[in-house]
Amino acid sequence: MDYQFHWNTVFQKMPEMLEGAFVTLHVSILSMLIGIVIAVFLAIVKMNQIKPFSYISSVWIEISRNTPALFQIYMAYFGLGAFGIHLSPYVAVLSALIFVNAGYLAETFRGGFQSIPKTQYSASKSLGMTNFQSYWYIILPQMFRRIYHPMTNQFVWSILMSSLGILVGMSELSGETQRLQSLSFRTLEFFMVAAVMYYIITKFVLISASLISRRLFKGEI
Amino acid sequence: MGSLFTPLSWNDSGLILAGIWNTIVISVVAIVIGTILGLIIGFIRSESNKTVNLILSSLLDILRSVPLIIQLILFSTFVGAWGYPLEPFVAGSIILSLYTMAFMSEVFRSAFESVHSSMLTASRSLGLSYWQTVFYIRLPIGIRTVFPSWLGVALSVIKDSALVSVIGYMELLRTSDQLISRTQQPLEILLGVGLFYFLISYPLSLYGKHVERKMAL
Repeated sequence: MDYQFHWNTVFQKMPEMLEGAFVTLHVSILSMLIGIVIAVFLAIVKMNQIKPFSYISSVWIEISRNTPALFQIYMAYFGLGAFGIHLSPYVAVLSALIFVNAGYLAETFRGGFQSIPKTQYSASKSLGMTNFQSYWYIILPQMFRRIYHPMTNQFVWSILMSSLGILVGMSELSGETQRLQSLSFRTLEFFMVAAVMYYIITKFVLISASLISRRLFKGEI
Repeated sequence: MGSLFTPLSWNDSGLILAGIWNTIVISVVAIVIGTILGLIIGFIRSESNKTVNLILSSLLDILRSVPLIIQLILFSTFVGAWGYPLEPFVAGSIILSLYTMAFMSEVFRSAFESVHSSMLTASRSLGLSYWQTVFYIRLPIGIRTVFPSWLGVALSVIKDSALVSVIGYMELLRTSDQLISRTQQPLEILLGVGLFYFLISYPLSLYGKHVERKMAL
């Protein structure tokens, strides 16, 4: 192998790479937060069979789960152009990620909610709790325990999938790496550093999530 | 002067079919190789002690913690720089198979661990050898338990195969991307592509749910 590694080029561009990593982080956090809000709505609507909305919810969930994320990003970036909606790469990737996250999380929430036995609700009512109290103190904490790990995985998935921004010219970590390597042709070095950065980010998220969960869920049921 | 863009015509169906075919081929290759490798690694992981497990899982973690797109670019540039450039199909298959393997090994590890140890004791006391126990008892029972999660991973591989386009493999999404830049009719093409993925993925996911429900009873 007669390939000369030039790490200096990469180190000079480190601030820009870190900026890209920051964009990756905040696009995935944002997509997660908005996704959770929509997912709660989708899950509630689907569980209670509120008519016109429950169809939309089912269609949303099935499309988001059964088509590639790349397709959804293309759809947001190129497809919406047919309706005269031209999104910037950032908004396109963000909206595609929100779409997928909401679909997956809605199913997670639904599953988590249905895994709580109905007897828990009846028991808390018979103890004299109000409707709000029984949900807030009994049902939701138990549900949160069960959906915590799927939610963490979904967050990691968003971080990894935001790398698809490279294909629509978004300047998150991969896109920034692509731009920088095209300036210097040190493809291997730049992408190696990017891979390490992704690894560190996901590990950081997973480790901190498990530390938080250890604090949150101290008393096991 | 004629327009630079020519609308979508029936002549393009060959291109799209080729794209569909390529998507199917690379998905099948990745799922088959990934399943075989995952089965082997899952077996090793369920049979080995903590240290080996830790080493294996941290290696597999790399495959799961780095975006597939970065892995693909990195691998194809790496073999190129090394002096053995690979075809996009070969490079894509290798990485996609390894990526599948990382997830499949987890599935099969839980398959082997789901078989209760009393079953193993029983089969050994019936005079079956170690490997006979593995092939006739643990494998059939374990695989049946994890079939829904296997299907889930396989479906995600079909969807992730779209990313192989980034190193130049002409699968369905890349084909459609090129058609879009020629015809400037993104919506029609993309809807067709989405429909294709949906038609493959949705029935299979329903089937997976059905199997899961049947087993839960």
